[in-house]
Amino acid sequence: MAKHPKLAEWEENELAKSLSRFPERKAKFTNHGGDEIPRLATPETIDEHYLDNLGFPGQYPYTRGVQPTMHRGRLWTMRQYAGFSSAAESNKRYRYLLDQGTTGLSVAFDLPTQIGYDSDDQMSIGEVGKVGVAIDSLADMETLFDQIPLDKVSTSMTINSPAAVLLAMYVAVGEKQGVAPKDIQGTIQNDILKEYVARGTYIFPPKPSLRLITNIFQWCGQNTPAFNTISISGYHIREAGSTAAQEVAFTLANGCTYVQTALDAGLELDVFARRLAFFFNASSDLLEEVAKFRAARRLWARLMKERFGAKNKASLMLRFHTQTAGNTLTAQQIDNNIVRVTIQALAAVLGGTQSLHTNSKDEAHSLPTEESVRTALRTQQVLAHESGVVDTIDPLAGSYYIESLTDKIERDALALIDKIEESGGVVKCIEDGFIQRQIENAAYQYQMEIERGERIIVGVNKFQIQEEKKPPLLRVAPEVEESQIAKLTEVKNNRNNEQVASLLARLETAAQGDDNLMPFIYDCVKEYATLGEICNVLRKVFGEYKDRG
Amino acid sequence: MGSTQKYRVLIGKPGLDGHDRGAKFIARALRDAGFEVVYTGIRRSPEEIAAAAVQEDVDAVGLSSLSGAHMRLFPAVVEALAHAGAPEIPVLGGGVIPEEDIVALKAAGIVEIFTPGTPIDTIISAYRDACEKKSTG
Amino acid sequence: MTIDRLLEGLRQRDPRAIGRAISLVENGDESAEIILSSLDENLVSQATILGITGPPGAGKSTLTNEIIAKLRHQEERIGIIAIDPSSPISGGAILGDRIRMMQHATDKDVVMRSMATRGRLGGLCATAGAAVRIMASCGCSTIIIETVGVGQSEMDIIRLADITLLVMAPGLGDEIQAMKAGLLEVADILVVNKADCKGADILAMDLEAVTRKGSATPTQVCMTVATEGKGVTELLDRIDKLDSEHRDSGERQKRRRGAHNQEVLDWCLEILRPQLLDKIIKRKLSVLGDPRLKAKKILEEK
Ligand SMILES: Nc1nc2c(ncn2[C@@H]2O[C@H](COP(=O)(O)OP(=O)(O)O)[C@@H](O)[C@H]2O)c(=O)[nH]1
Ligand SMILES: [Mg+2]
Repeated sequence: MAKHPKLAEWEENELAKSLSRFPERKAKFTNHGGDEIPRLATPETIDEHYLDNLGFPGQYPYTRGVQPTMHRGRLWTMRQYAGFSSAAESNKRYRYLLDQGTTGLSVAFDLPTQIGYDSDDQMSIGEVGKVGVAIDSLADMETLFDQIPLDKVSTSMTINSPAAVLLAMYVAVGEKQGVAPKDIQGTIQNDILKEYVARGTYIFPPKPSLRLITNIFQWCGQNTPAFNTISISGYHIREAGSTAAQEVAFTLANGCTYVQTALDAGLELDVFARRLAFFFNASSDLLEEVAKFRAARRLWARLMKERFGAKNKASLMLRFHTQTAGNTLTAQQIDNNIVRVTIQALAAVLGGTQSLHTNSKDEAHSLPTEESVRTALRTQQVLAHESGVVDTIDPLAGSYYIESLTDKIERDALALIDKIEESGGVVKCIEDGFIQRQIENAAYQYQMEIERGERIIVGVNKFQIQEEKKPPLLRVAPEVEESQIAKLTEVKNNRNNEQVASLLARLETAAQGDDNLMPFIYDCVKEYATLGEICNVLRKVFGEYKDRG
Repeated sequence: MGSTQKYRVLIGKPGLDGHDRGAKFIARALRDAGFEVVYTGIRRSPEEIAAAAVQEDVDAVGLSSLSGAHMRLFPAVVEALAHAGAPEIPVLGGGVIPEEDIVALKAAGIVEIFTPGTPIDTIISAYRDACEKKSTG
Repeated sequence: MTIDRLLEGLRQRDPRAIGRAISLVENGDESAEIILSSLDENLVSQATILGITGPPGAGKSTLTNEIIAKLRHQEERIGIIAIDPSSPISGGAILGDRIRMMQHATDKDVVMRSMATRGRLGGLCATAGAAVRIMASCGCSTIIIETVGVGQSEMDIIRLADITLLVMAPGLGDEIQAMKAGLLEVADILVVNKADCKGADILAMDLEAVTRKGSATPTQVCMTVATEGKGVTELLDRIDKLDSEHRDSGERQKRRRGAHNQEVLDWCLEILRPQLLDKIIKRKLSVLGDPRLKAKKILEEK
């Protein structure tokens, strides 16, 4: 049978171009018996329906993936979220992870840092260094990336409300290492909307928060073009208990809000849209999750093209990081978690993820130990190098079930997005509690099914055993708080305090006006103004967001 | 429900941790079991929680913390309640809490600690017991 | 806590005693009579009772929070009673209004109490009335009752208030239609909150038009942005003015008396209801015949 002209066209254009620039990982992909594995399986008859809904990899609507060769060209980035205690401790863990073959860093900050408090703040008591690393000033950031060349690794930072401050610190560390801003790579989460509905580390009300985000888009566009300015996250929405379709809907609705806000501020769509990244959850329902990733990719491409009129191909592509679902990890029989994580990671890979974090088996008890982190990383490596699922693109395409589920999730998500739009937009729906209620209801229903035994969680409500052995736990030493405070005091004693005060005053004036705040914040951090000092200035001008509960 | 007595409980999250899925679930499940639940939301100081518990005259206080700060925060709430003149209000807690901490927390006056996977019925009856004990004690 | 210590605590305005006393009254404890007789009548009659009602999400709690902040500036002691519906199925309730007012949580001079409707028809009104008097007697010069303006029991609550605000907001949809029916008439002041949102002006105009229709003195509309504290000072001025008018004209005393009579009537009904139901059931009545006549006969029976 003759090759469909569209397939031939794809091979000649996208594929050939891609191969000439980025050759695939192997010259020939074969299975155990030596048979060659096709790059891409296609239906026997390629018709309009196929072309509209699936197309070819690297082609609109990107259902089959954003790159023409996907994991045959390059594997995903294996990026393990880590960070705890002090900057020095975390730095050690990062260097260990890099030694073990991770290809990108992912920084977890402690809660005071995420909410813009210094370690010596009244509000920080008991929380310093607990769920991530404590960063008070540029000095901590310098320690955190000591001997890690910022032009070689890409770093993802889970930071939202104070994202501008941490980004400024990161760029400043780069400059101290002699790395130009244009050469740093990575991602800041910078996604405030999902904080209001699912994660809780907000500081300011929506309006000034959105302004800060737009400021970052613009500043990065000019200074750090290789840096992803936002990671629009469904992960936490799902963790809070949403369904798969809700995860897609609320994430993309948030995405549309950021796009619209940036457009309203006069930014150019095809300049900033290419630096938007996404972050999804991979839960245990393997087939649904694969369909979810495909649906999200297609729906975003359609929204960007049809609603916003994006022209640049890069603006249409939903590139995403995935993390396996933390809420599925059980405290019981923790080895079972390795199996869960494997299934979830497989879903992410089959769904075409660009980067992946696999959870460790002991995380329902505490922060993961080095050993359990290694197993989690090995899970990814087994999938990448042994499972074979990476050798052909979007292998589940064409399954009646997967395709119909992809269609359904896209449909359901779009309906929700439209409903939010009709009800006055995301911000209004957050203030009214509409989105929170949807998630809460889904979570409640799911949990009740487990409680009633209608849904089985292995080792929890069925197949339980008496467990004697307790897993080894990683504990954050309580001294961290003290030593962090001591370090902070030292920084404050050794900097030019007059200069800091005047830079903070300038920031305050700027915040009252309409200027882009990034340059002001950058100046402040370089003089070792602390995160808390900067955020307090902004609190004074912007006020604080109050939760509706 | 057997008795006409309505139990009032306060559910709150001390500390900075914003993951309120568990707290909200408990609040709702308690409501569906007939309790009146005063919900105070996230990021509450121990003093705020104690003051609210006193004003609302609740029969029990439930806390949730997932950030590992429970060793500081839970006992602080017990202390704040005593300071506010309500040492008899029992405090229950839940979260990602290792076994050895549970022992220490109970020694510090927390009457019950729930870890992930505890069936909701167990949690509800613990709240009922705590409320009953308080109102008869 | 013994009753003596409780009464002493109330005299000391101790929050623990106030909380306990309200519970005892709410639960129909025998000590209610002693507690409620011990109150300071003068303080109770001096206090201003403010009712705040309106559809869910209109911004009542946020506005209450702002009013508290302003009044606390004037060194006033304030009481708040926030009422949420009980679940008709389980009888439980989630009382979440405190979330909006947590900034005052540790302020000794802000006395707050959440209350569930508990499916009581009149009983709620009575309990809330008692709570108001306890707070007033403990030095609260303003007491705010916040309630969702949808059910009958909430309408009853309004009767307790000296001044009632009806809070609305643009974009809440058809709830407003439903509200227009009853609440517009009982409200003394209409508040259009979320004046920063689209449609606020139109809503205010609509409301003014509706109130103008039936009455010689149209109800005034106040515009507020509760989240930013805008318009709250003006609103408070208006409340003050109306309150002193009511004091001078005797309207306030009239309302207070009416409210208390209603409270007692509500209790009559609350007590009679189960007794009557019992009698009705015993009679094993046939479905035929005039129910009204049957009722009369039951009531006449000794
Ligand atoms: N834009 C805006 N939002 C408001 C205003 N007042 C309240 N809100 C928001 O509306 C939502 C509901 O407020 P809440 O006080 O809980 O309403 P209630 O149900 O009437 O008590 C919250 O998210 C508030 O932040 C306002 O004046 N403007
Ligand atoms: Mg309210």
